Amino acid sequence: MTKLDTRLALDQLRESCEKAFAAEKRKILVCGGTGCVSGGSLQIFERLKELMEEHHVPVEVELQKDPHQDVVGLKKSGCHGFCEMGPLIRIEPEGWLYTKVKLEDCEEILESTIIKGECIDRLAYRQNGEIYRRQADIPFYKKQTRLVLEHCGHINATSIYEYLAIGGYRAFEKALFDMQPEDIIQEITESNLRGRGGGGFQTGKKWASARVQKENPKYIVCNGDEGDPGAFMDRSVMEGDPNKMLEGMMIAGIAVGAQEGFIYVRAEYPLAVERLRIAIEQANALGLLGDHILGSDFSFQIHINRGAGAFVCGEGSALTASIEGKRGMPRVKPPRTVEHGLFEKPTVLNNVETYANVPMIIQNGSAWYKSIGPENSPGTKAFALTGTINNTGLIEVPMGTTLREVIFDIGGGMRGNTDFKAVQIGGPSGGCLTAKELDIPLDFDSLKKVGAMIGSGGLVVMDTKTCMVEVARFFMHFTQNESCGKCVPCREGTKRMLEILERIVDGKGRDGDIELLLELADTISHTALCGLGKSAPSPVVSTIRNFRSEYEAHIYDKKCPAGVCAKLRTFVINPELCKGCSKCARNCPVNAISGELRKPFTIDQDVCIKCGTCMSNCPFHAISTEA
Amino acid sequence: MNINNMIEIDGIPVEIGDERNLLDVIRKSGVKLPTFCYHSDLSIFGACRMCMVEDERGRLMASCSTLPKAGMKIFTNTQRLRKYRRNILELLLADHCRDCTTCGNNGNCKLQSLARQFGIKSVRFENTKSEMAQDLSSPAIIRDPGKCILCGDCVRECNEIQNVGAIDFAFRGSKAMISTAFDVPLSETQCVGCGQCAAACPTGAIIVRNDSMKAWNYLDDPETFVTCEIAPAVRVAMGQEMGMQPGENALGRIVSALHRMGFDEVYDTSTAADLTVIEEANEFIQRFRSGEKLPLLTSCCPAWVQYVEKRNPDFLPNVSTCRSPMSMFASVIKEYYRDHLPEGKTKHVHIAIMPCTAKKFEASRPEFRSHDQQDTDVVITTQELIKMIKESGIVFEEVEPEAVDMPFGTYSGAGVIFGVSGGVTEAVLRKIATSDNRKGIASLAYTGVRGLDGVKECVIPYGDREVHIAICSGLRNASDLLEAVRRGEKQFDLIEVMACYGGCISGAGQPYISRRRRINRGNGLYRADSTTPIRRSQDNPMMKELYEGILKGREHELLHVNYLKK
Repeated sequence: MTKLDTRLALDQLRESCEKAFAAEKRKILVCGGTGCVSGGSLQIFERLKELMEEHHVPVEVELQKDPHQDVVGLKKSGCHGFCEMGPLIRIEPEGWLYTKVKLEDCEEILESTIIKGECIDRLAYRQNGEIYRRQADIPFYKKQTRLVLEHCGHINATSIYEYLAIGGYRAFEKALFDMQPEDIIQEITESNLRGRGGGGFQTGKKWASARVQKENPKYIVCNGDEGDPGAFMDRSVMEGDPNKMLEGMMIAGIAVGAQEGFIYVRAEYPLAVERLRIAIEQANALGLLGDHILGSDFSFQIHINRGAGAFVCGEGSALTASIEGKRGMPRVKPPRTVEHGLFEKPTVLNNVETYANVPMIIQNGSAWYKSIGPENSPGTKAFALTGTINNTGLIEVPMGTTLREVIFDIGGGMRGNTDFKAVQIGGPSGGCLTAKELDIPLDFDSLKKVGAMIGSGGLVVMDTKTCMVEVARFFMHFTQNESCGKCVPCREGTKRMLEILERIVDGKGRDGDIELLLELADTISHTALCGLGKSAPSPVVSTIRNFRSEYEAHIYDKKCPAGVCAKLRTFVINPELCKGCSKCARNCPVNAISGELRKPFTIDQDVCIKCGTCMSNCPFHAISTEA
Repeated sequence: MNINNMIEIDGIPVEIGDERNLLDVIRKSGVKLPTFCYHSDLSIFGACRMCMVEDERGRLMASCSTLPKAGMKIFTNTQRLRKYRRNILELLLADHCRDCTTCGNNGNCKLQSLARQFGIKSVRFENTKSEMAQDLSSPAIIRDPGKCILCGDCVRECNEIQNVGAIDFAFRGSKAMISTAFDVPLSETQCVGCGQCAAACPTGAIIVRNDSMKAWNYLDDPETFVTCEIAPAVRVAMGQEMGMQPGENALGRIVSALHRMGFDEVYDTSTAADLTVIEEANEFIQRFRSGEKLPLLTSCCPAWVQYVEKRNPDFLPNVSTCRSPMSMFASVIKEYYRDHLPEGKTKHVHIAIMPCTAKKFEASRPEFRSHDQQDTDVVITTQELIKMIKESGIVFEEVEPEAVDMPFGTYSGAGVIFGVSGGVTEAVLRKIATSDNRKGIASLAYTGVRGLDGVKECVIPYGDREVHIAICSGLRNASDLLEAVRRGEKQFDLIEVMACYGGCISGAGQPYISRRRRINRGNGLYRADSTTPIRRSQDNPMMKELYEGILKGREHELLHVNYLKK
C-alpha cells in the first residue's frame, strides 16, 4: 500500500476500488463472525477456495486494483446476525443466503451456484413451509433497518479497499476538508444522536464539552467492553465493519481536537481485536491514520487496549483506569470523564455503536438521521435477540419499533407454541417487560417511563416456562460476581440479595424476604457509587413488581409455578405407567422410593432430595415432576 | 460573611469557605457525619457511602465527593438517610468478625462505635465471613483480613502518602480484599513498617503488634534488671487518652508510672539523641568539607532507612552511619550493665518506649545485636504503654511526676526536639553553629526548619560557605526529593527524612490524631526544649563523661552501623 498524501489520491483510490468491487461477477461471502467460525465457516472458506482453484474458476480473495473480467470474489465477511442459522454464506449479486452450510455442501455450491448460477433451495431458509432464497426476504431481515450493520456480512471485513469501495472514509474526508470542528459538533448535536452504551447521553453535547476544555491533549476512547450476558452488537460491528467505527472515532478526533484514540475491547473478543488491528494497520499504511493525514494538519493514531473481561470496566471511569494500567474501579464524580478522563485529560468516551453511527450522520446530514425513529431518540438500535423465540440473533431496528414487532415479526414468535411471559431488556441493569407492555415503543424515553432501560441492547424473551425468581437470581448472581467490590452497598448488598434469592429458589424462603429484598434494593439503588451498582437491583425489583405472586408461591407454598426450580419440584410416579421394576428405588441415593415388585412404586416426599435420578433412570417414563 | 456564598444545612445557613467538599462544610456546621473512607490527607475514595446526604428535591449525594455550591439546601439526617446508614452498617457487620471484646482494636474501632451510635441491635443476615489467616510476618504490624471493611484507607496511605505500595486491592465483588502482591507475607514486600496503614485503619484489620506481654514477663521476673528509655514524642501524645491537654508534656508522670509498674531504671531517649547529634554533626562536617557522599541522609528513622534499602539503594552510601538514638542508647546501656548489674540480678533487659512501629523492626535487625541478645529487647509503642498503665490500674492523672534516673539521666533540649520533623536538623545546627549564645540558638528556629510542612528547604551559613538543607516527612515527599537530586535538579548537603508526616509525633504507635491537631504535639516538644537548662547537645555534661568513659575508643563499635554490609 502506498501512503495517500492528498484528498485527490484518496478519491482516486476509492474510485478504483469501486470499479474492482463492481467488476466481480459474483461474490461468495462466507460469514467470518464468531458464531459461524465456531460452526466451521473457516474450513468451508478454505474448501471453497481449493475447489474453485481446482476447477480453474478465477477467484479473488483480496480485491485487486486492476479488475479482470469474470472474477469471483470469495470473502470472509463479518457477522450477519442470524447466528442461529450459521454457518451462513451470502451469494451476490442475487442476494441469496445459504444457511447451516456444511463442509460437504461445498462441491454442490461450486457446481450449482458458482459455475451454473443456480440457487440451492436445500440450503435456503425456510419458515412455516415457505422457502426464502433472498436474504432480504427472510422475515428476520425484512422488518429490520440495517444502517450500522449495513455492511456487516456484505464486505470483506479485513480489507480497507472494500470499505473504500462502498464509500468508506467519505464522511471523514468531508469532516476533514469541508467542515470546521464546530460544524461537525453542530451536525452531531442536531442529529440528536444519543449514546448507545446504555446511558443515552447526547453525543453532540459530550463532544462540545470536551472541545471547550482548555487542557491538552484530549483523548477519544471507544468502549468495546460489551459485558451484558448474551449481548454482541458491538462485537459484530468490530468484527464485521471495523473501519466504520474507526472512521467515527477519527471524526470525533477532528471535532474535539484530539490526536489519539483508544479502543478498549475485551480480550474474549479475539476476532474483534484481530480485525481492528488489521483495520488500523491498513489505515496507517494508507496514511488515513498517522501524522498529517492526507496532507492536512490533522494527525491521529488509534491504539487497542484489551480488557480482561470485567463487567465493571464498561463503566467510564473504571474503563479509563484500566487503560491506564490501574485496577478497574469506578471513581467518584465529579470530575466527569470529559474533564478528567483518560490520564486525567479531557476525554470523549462513546461506545462502538455510537461511533459507527457518526460517519452516516456526517455523510447524510442530521435531517436524514432524524427522519429515522422518534424525535427524541432518532436513528436505529441494534439488539441481541435471544430466548424462547423462533429467530434469535442480532437485529437492528429503528428506535420506536415496538416489542411486539421485534418478537413476533422479526423473532418469528414464540418457539414451540408457548406463550409469551416477559422480556428482559437492558441486561443485568435492566428490567423485565410483560405482555401489557408489548406495544411500548423501544426508545430511551418510553422505556424509562415504565422503569426499564434500553441498556446496551440485550433482549431476552421468556415464555411461560420461565421462573421469574430464577431469572432474578441469575442476573443477581452475575452482578454480584462482577461487582468491583469498592462501595459497600453494591459489594455487600448484592451478596445478601443473592443469598436471599438463592434460599427462595431452594425452597427455604422466609416470611419477610420480599420486603427485605426491596429494602436492600432501595438502599443499593440510592447509595451505590456507580451506575452499575445503582442499577444492580433492577431485575429483582421489576420481577417482584410484575410477578410478586411467583415469589410468594416459592416462599409460602414452597412451589415454583413454572416448574423450573429443582428443589421445589415434586417427583411423582404415575401408577398407570409404572411396571414396578424397582430400578428407581435401586438408584435412589436416599432410599426415598419403595414398593412391591411388579406393582406401582411410590416416592416418600419427605425423604426425596429432588435430584431427579429416578426420572432419568425410569425405562417406562413413569416418573414426572409436578410444580 | 458573604451571603452569596451560603448553603443551608438542615435549615441553618452556613458559609462556604475553602472546604474541599460538602462533607467538610457539613462538619463545620457542627454535624458529625459518619465516614469510614474519608481522610482529609488522602484522595477522595467514596466507597463507604455513609456520608450520603439529601437535597430539597430528594436527590442523594455522597457529601465527600460533592462540591459545595452556593444555594444548596442539604439535609443530613432524614429518615431515609438514617435507614441507609443503618443498612450499610448492618451489611458491613454481617460480613465482619464480631468478637469485639477480644479484638486488638477493641474500643478504638470506628465500625464498633458507629454501630453503637446508630443503635444496631441485630443483624438480619447470616455471618458468612470465612476464617482468614492473619499475616504475622511483620515485626511491626499484624494484618487480619477477616476484619477488613475495604475502605481502602490503608492502601491510599501506603501508596499516596508513603509511596511504598506494599498493599492494594485484589479480586472482585464480595471476594475483594486488601492483599500484598501475590499474597506473599508482608515481611517479603516493600513494606517499611511505618505502620501508617494501621493508624488509618478504622477497624482491627491492621493493628500494631502488641509486645506488652513480653515486657510484663521481664518485669515479673525478679532476677531480671529492667531498664527503659522513653522517646521524645511519647511524652506529648498521652494527652487525649489519659485525661490531659493535647500536646501536654507527660514525661514526669510516665516515669512515675513506669517505676510503679516495676521498671528498675527509667531514662529519656533524648540523652542518646545528644550522642547522635554529636556523632552526626561530626560526620556531616567531615563529609561537607571533603564533599564526599553528599547529601548526607539522616538515619534516625528506621522506616526511612528501610525505604532507602528497598527502593533507593543507590543512595545507601549517603545514609549517615550513626545509629538511631534508640539503638545508641541500647548499645551503651547494655555495655554499661554488663559490668554494673545490681546484686541479685542475673540478666539485664532494655525496653524502648517509642511512638513508632518500625522501631520494632529496627530492634530486631542483626546489626543491633550483641552477645546473642538484641540490644533493645522489647519495643513498646505509646499505645501499648497506655494499655499497660491502664491494665496496672494506675490513675495517670493522679500520679506525682518523677524525674528520670541516673546515671544516664541528663539531656539537652536539642535531644527533645528529635520527635518532630526538623528537630534533628535544628539540633545538629546548634552543634555546628558558631554562635553559642541563647540568641543564636533561638534564631535557628526561624530559618525554616520548624513547621509541619511535608518539605522544608533552608540555607544556613557555615563559615564562608552555605549549607543547603532539605527536611521532609512522608516517604512520598522523600522519594520525590531524591528523584530531583538524582536528576540533578536540586542539590543539598543534608537531607533529614522522617517517614511519618510531621515526624515521630505522628508515628503509628501514637494514639491517632488528625493532621490539623498534630501541631499541638510539635509545640509541646518545642516548649519542653525552651524550658530545658541545657539547649545544645555538646553542653550536656553527660556527654563528656561517656566519651571519656565507656565510649573511649569504641565510638564506632557502639554508635555507628554499616547498613551497606549485607
